[in-house]
Amino acid sequence: MSKYLKFIKPYTLYFIIGPILMLTEVAGEIVLPRLVADMIDIGTTASGGQWFITRQAVIMIGCICIMIAGGISGHYFSIKAAVNFSSDLRKAVFDKVQDFSFKNIDSFSTGSLITRLTNDITQIMNITRMGLIMAVRSPGMLIGGIIMAFSINKSLASVLLVLLPVLAISIFLIMRAAMPRFGRMQAGIDNLNSKTQESITNVRVIKSFVRRDREKEKFADANGELCDATLSAMKVMVCIMPIMTLCMNAATIITQWRGGNLVISGALDVGSLNAVVQYITQILSSLMMVSMVIINSSRAITSFKRVGEVLDTVPDLTDADAKCKDKKVENGKVEFKNVSFRYHTSNAENVLSDVSFVAEAGKTLGIVGVTGSGKSSLVGLIPRLYDVNAGEVLVDGINVKDYSLEHLRDGVGMVLQKNVLFSGSIAENMRWGDADADMDTIRRAASLAQADGFVTSFTDGYETELGQGGSNVSGGQKQRLCIARALLKQPKILILDDSTSAVDTATEAQIRKVLSEDLKATTKIIIAQRISSVIDADKIIVLSDGKIVGEGTHKELIESCDEYKDIYYSQSEKQAS
Amino acid sequence: MPPQPGMGNKNHGRFAKQQKPKNIRSSIKRLFTYVSRDKYLVVLAMICVVISAGANLAATYMIKPIIDNLGADVPSSQKVIDLAFGLLRMASIYLVGILAAFIQARAMISVSQRTLKRLREELFSKLQELSVRYYDTNAAGDIMSRFTNDVDNIGQMFDSTILQMVSGMLSLVGSVVLMLVTNVPLALVTLILTPVMAFVSGSIAKHTRKYFGKQQAQLGAVNGYIEETISGQKVVKVFNHELAAKEDFNKLNNELRNIQVKAQFMGGIMGPSMNALSQVSYTVTAFIGSLLVLMTRIGRIGAGSFGALGVGGLVVFVNYSRQFSRPINEISNQINVVMSALAGAERVFAVMDEKPESETDSNKVVLDKVHGDVVLENVTFGYNPDKIILKNISMYAHPGQKIALVGSTGAGKTTITNLITRFYDINSGTITVDGTDIRDIERDSLRKNIAVVLQDTHLFTGTVMENIRYGRLDATDEEVMQAARTSCAHSFIKNMPDGYNTVLTGDGANLSQGQRQLLNIARAALSKAPILILDEATSSVDTKTEQSINRGMDALMEKRTTFVIAHRLSTIRNADAIMVLEDGEIIERGTHDELLKLKGRYFELYTGIKELE
Repeated sequence: MSKYLKFIKPYTLYFIIGPILMLTEVAGEIVLPRLVADMIDIGTTASGGQWFITRQAVIMIGCICIMIAGGISGHYFSIKAAVNFSSDLRKAVFDKVQDFSFKNIDSFSTGSLITRLTNDITQIMNITRMGLIMAVRSPGMLIGGIIMAFSINKSLASVLLVLLPVLAISIFLIMRAAMPRFGRMQAGIDNLNSKTQESITNVRVIKSFVRRDREKEKFADANGELCDATLSAMKVMVCIMPIMTLCMNAATIITQWRGGNLVISGALDVGSLNAVVQYITQILSSLMMVSMVIINSSRAITSFKRVGEVLDTVPDLTDADAKCKDKKVENGKVEFKNVSFRYHTSNAENVLSDVSFVAEAGKTLGIVGVTGSGKSSLVGLIPRLYDVNAGEVLVDGINVKDYSLEHLRDGVGMVLQKNVLFSGSIAENMRWGDADADMDTIRRAASLAQADGFVTSFTDGYETELGQGGSNVSGGQKQRLCIARALLKQPKILILDDSTSAVDTATEAQIRKVLSEDLKATTKIIIAQRISSVIDADKIIVLSDGKIVGEGTHKELIESCDEYKDIYYSQSEKQAS
Repeated sequence: MPPQPGMGNKNHGRFAKQQKPKNIRSSIKRLFTYVSRDKYLVVLAMICVVISAGANLAATYMIKPIIDNLGADVPSSQKVIDLAFGLLRMASIYLVGILAAFIQARAMISVSQRTLKRLREELFSKLQELSVRYYDTNAAGDIMSRFTNDVDNIGQMFDSTILQMVSGMLSLVGSVVLMLVTNVPLALVTLILTPVMAFVSGSIAKHTRKYFGKQQAQLGAVNGYIEETISGQKVVKVFNHELAAKEDFNKLNNELRNIQVKAQFMGGIMGPSMNALSQVSYTVTAFIGSLLVLMTRIGRIGAGSFGALGVGGLVVFVNYSRQFSRPINEISNQINVVMSALAGAERVFAVMDEKPESETDSNKVVLDKVHGDVVLENVTFGYNPDKIILKNISMYAHPGQKIALVGSTGAGKTTITNLITRFYDINSGTITVDGTDIRDIERDSLRKNIAVVLQDTHLFTGTVMENIRYGRLDATDEEVMQAARTSCAHSFIKNMPDGYNTVLTGDGANLSQGQRQLLNIARAALSKAPILILDEATSSVDTKTEQSINRGMDALMEKRTTFVIAHRLSTIRNADAIMVLEDGEIIERGTHDELLKLKGRYFELYTGIKELE
């Protein structure tokens, strides 16, 4: 929990004042029954009279005014504390994720990061607010009530000494029984939600294989389990109320009996007796409040833990040790020296082993290889999306680890295999490549990527709003926009990871032509399924099982490399039967 | 009733932007049909509510004779006996009340959980019956929220609301009656304060709702930004966009912070304000009550006359007035819960009222042995009637033939497969399988004879084995592995930590795009359907692996009718017929060689490669 202290610190005052102001409510609640008791006991007898009664009433109204003022400002400060605390926390987690490496992101999974930033933080805000308001109030009511009850009559109040422990223990036992059941219930909810989600996204598969009944069965199982789990948790929880009421009522009866006898013997007034009864009720109900907060906070503790995990994660890839932070990528020469790489050190096999090659500045390097041979992993090492396990990657003769990440990634434009656009206009998306780009620059980049044509055909042109993830453009159009975005960066090294797979062949040929003619000063690294995409490259490397099995031009490879020959012929007419 | 952890997003209770149900009566009626199977439990619960509310009122009232007895003019010994009897009576009433409250709560959780179970089950079954069009036109998130938030809201209503409202009403009415019985003037004083309370709580709630609406909107904006940015985090990093993202987020987050303080504050002061008001009512009652007692005692008000009050009566009264605001508060809280539950119910029922895709008439043909003759004649289709996608398409495919569809994005290739599987129905023309119009064939029976591999790979949470077996449930392990070999998936599956028993997550995040496609192909290869549709099934698979798949599949395809959609023209070169689609029309058709000779669009597409070779 100590990591949360620094988020509390700026708001320490709110965190302290808020709960303390709630004490005014406690004081009011505690004093009022006492005042009423006197009003009844003394006021209605000869020694009091109407002036005494009026005086008590005025005091009471005064108390109430203080209660309102204190209560409302107590709420105000508690809420200010909770909201500011949680907002800062949200900001810190978001910023932390921005600093994450790809490996960090992979290990959390996107979905879980999103839940942590949304649901968990909201949960934390709610529990903090509730906690601050209750923190002093409920124990205050408990203690104040006990003090008052004892001050009125010790022997009457002593019933609490028996009942409080009984109640506390039974609440504890119930909650201990309920917690694991709530855990099972939560698991049931998660399971049902994911089943539902899956059946919605996979609807075409379910329908085409006519697996409707099977899905219903699977859902019914999960649904039944959830129902059972919820019932088993609720069956326990439902006992809390009756036990509470039982204790409260027992206390009332016992107090009335013993108090009644005292009244009969003349040792106690009726009003005081009533006040004791009311204090006892108050004490027990504040105990109940405390237990409710505890129940709710058990969920919040999970949230605190999950958020803490993100905050505790150290980005495993930083430029803190970089030796040439001022250096920028100038020429774009890329060199791999005996590079080995695996995603997790625990993995048995390397994804890349002992890879060495050079891509000269301004030239085109093609990379081919079968599915799973390590092509995407290899290019990911150039902008340091991942770090090598052995060997080194050099850009312009300098180890990529010695650049600042900003300069390195500014110099490398990369179009990912699984690329995304963001909601906003097309122009806004393009400006990701260059925030200051004017319309002409944007259009130039788009026409290089063969995107200008279709963008201008939209009614709103470059101001067309893209849906989330670019849902309103086709796959091929999306890929071209992503290429345009990368071109706007004017990178020294441009990496295209299978980035034209949804673009038709003619357009792709156009893009390739543009790349070789208009980007002479840029090193181009192209991963392709189609040999035709890389056939003109200055150099092609062939990957197989993470090793380079061929290196050279198309002509050389077709002579020397069997693997390359296989791939080539699998695409060429000569072998078609 | 303790609060129940919510299913989805926690709903924001009384202050959430209130959704107004449109047709309250019919929704309530319909909800009751789900409860009616547990009607005896509901009746039992209702009886218990009445008993426990009555017991509470009675117990409070019982204090009056007990206290009056304490001050009565009888010998002490008699007082003690009376006290004992009075308290015994009270204790037994308490016990009855507790028992009734327990039974009621216990019965209602069963009712509510079982009702929710039925609702969810029916909703899910209904979703399985709905057409693909429904899924295409409704956001997945929206459908999900009906399962989570809406069903949750309904659950909350069943869990506690109904009973709380009933018991709130009862104690309200009961208190008023008992107060009137005890002392009329004092009762009137308390009652006068009621509208004040209702007014204050109403106006606070109105403001709060306004601010909560704004808060929800801003929260939505922040969460939307989070979702989008984190989903695209890798792109953010590649473009060095972290700083800009942090700044944007900071702005949104601070806006949320400001509005949230206001909204939470407005919500927060409801409690203290209502509490203070009930203290005022307590004070006023005690004040006037004490005066009445005083006057009764000194004889200004004759005993037994109008307004006369004893100490016992005053104590009862003070207790009532302290509790009086509770039911009012409770009822007004619950009204909001009921409203959002009914709005939720309407959204759930809206899904249930959707027209299912299953046939209305039962005299449909059930296909038995399908050969796989597929004929499209003058098929015209548009997802919207005013935007035609396919115009007058005619083609045929015989068993064992491989028909390829090529054309640029948006030409209508995938749409054709949507029509053959009857995900959508055509506007005009006919599609026949083995000579029968597919609209006359039972939909399930049609689809059982078609295996589809889609471009978007879909896997289920479960083992690799289970995922492939989805294609044919009675397949043996050996058959599953054979299918995996056919689709070149066997070797990478073997290398997974638990081989075929490796558990995949729903989105298959632990596999590469190409590997997921191989699993999808294996699933289709396992199926024995005579018609096979491959829609960009190998777009992320390298050409060499693709060739091995093709070799493996050739044996499978021998007797099957196959439709292939591919960008990569090498994939379809050996097709029996190639259809070139453009703008929803077939502009060229023929074999690869014929089309090349034609020197038309196909030639252009194909020579996109040729030029550079």
